[in-house]
Amino acid sequence: MTDWNQTARSVKHATFTIQRTYAAAPARVFAALSTKEAKGKWFSGPAEWTRGKWELDFRVGGREVSAGGPPGGPEHIFVAQYLDIVENSRIIYAYDMFEGEKKLSVSLATFELAAAGKGTRLTLTEHGAFLDGHEDPAQREHGTRWLLEKLGEAL
Amino acid sequence: MLNKRTDGNAARAALDRVFQALADPTRRVMVERLSRGPASVTELAEPFEMSLPSIVQHLQVLEASGLIRSEKVGRVRTCQIGAAALGNAERWISDRRATWERRLDRLGDYLEETDPERPRKKTTNRRRP
Repeated sequence: MTDWNQTARSVKHATFTIQRTYAAAPARVFAALSTKEAKGKWFSGPAEWTRGKWELDFRVGGREVSAGGPPGGPEHIFVAQYLDIVENSRIIYAYDMFEGEKKLSVSLATFELAAAGKGTRLTLTEHGAFLDGHEDPAQREHGTRWLLEKLGEAL
Repeated sequence: MLNKRTDGNAARAALDRVFQALADPTRRVMVERLSRGPASVTELAEPFEMSLPSIVQHLQVLEASGLIRSEKVGRVRTCQIGAAALGNAERWISDRRATWERRLDRLGDYLEETDPERPRKKTTNRRRP
């Protein structure tokens, strides 16, 4: 473990959920998640990022690819495969995130749509596996644990 | 290797700002709260009997240290834990979440703009950030 030039292998798992309620029927929300024209209006990186390749084949087994990145910086590439689609109700896809050649993470994203009055409650749950990002000592120095250790020493 | 030395000085200056920020009990409570998830300025102010300007001042010190970051969407400023307080994995999760929060807000804007029942008006009162 002392040879830091070698990529140390590690996996960190995490899950998070985000909910939103929209004043739009589930069919409209579903369309915004599943048609290329609509999805292109809201699904992208930060505004200052350049937009690269973008394709969407919305069917079980179909792929979505979205690339872009900060000007002059490495390209971030999202490559997804749709695993489950229930019209107006549920979408599940698995996706890889790359930064340049480096694979950063593998995730499962689940969108659930439920009618809420006249609108729709959307629940996004992401299960992620963050790859090989733990063992870079220079970056880890900024981590909480290191900070707390230093704080402990100083007190 | 020369770069390492410069990095070291910068890192020490950054660490000084972090310690300074954490030296205050109010700010430690704020960081502790944000480590459990993003919160609005109003939510962060809740446990304290303090004026809003004082709360905002504390948050500015925290933001300058990199312990937290904030974003204003509409009239609400939301704070979340910043890079200086996170390990790589936590930063990744926080970034993924922030990206999704932003996208789902934009989805909301899109749905509102394309609402077939929305009355067509020439002027709009909607405030943009």
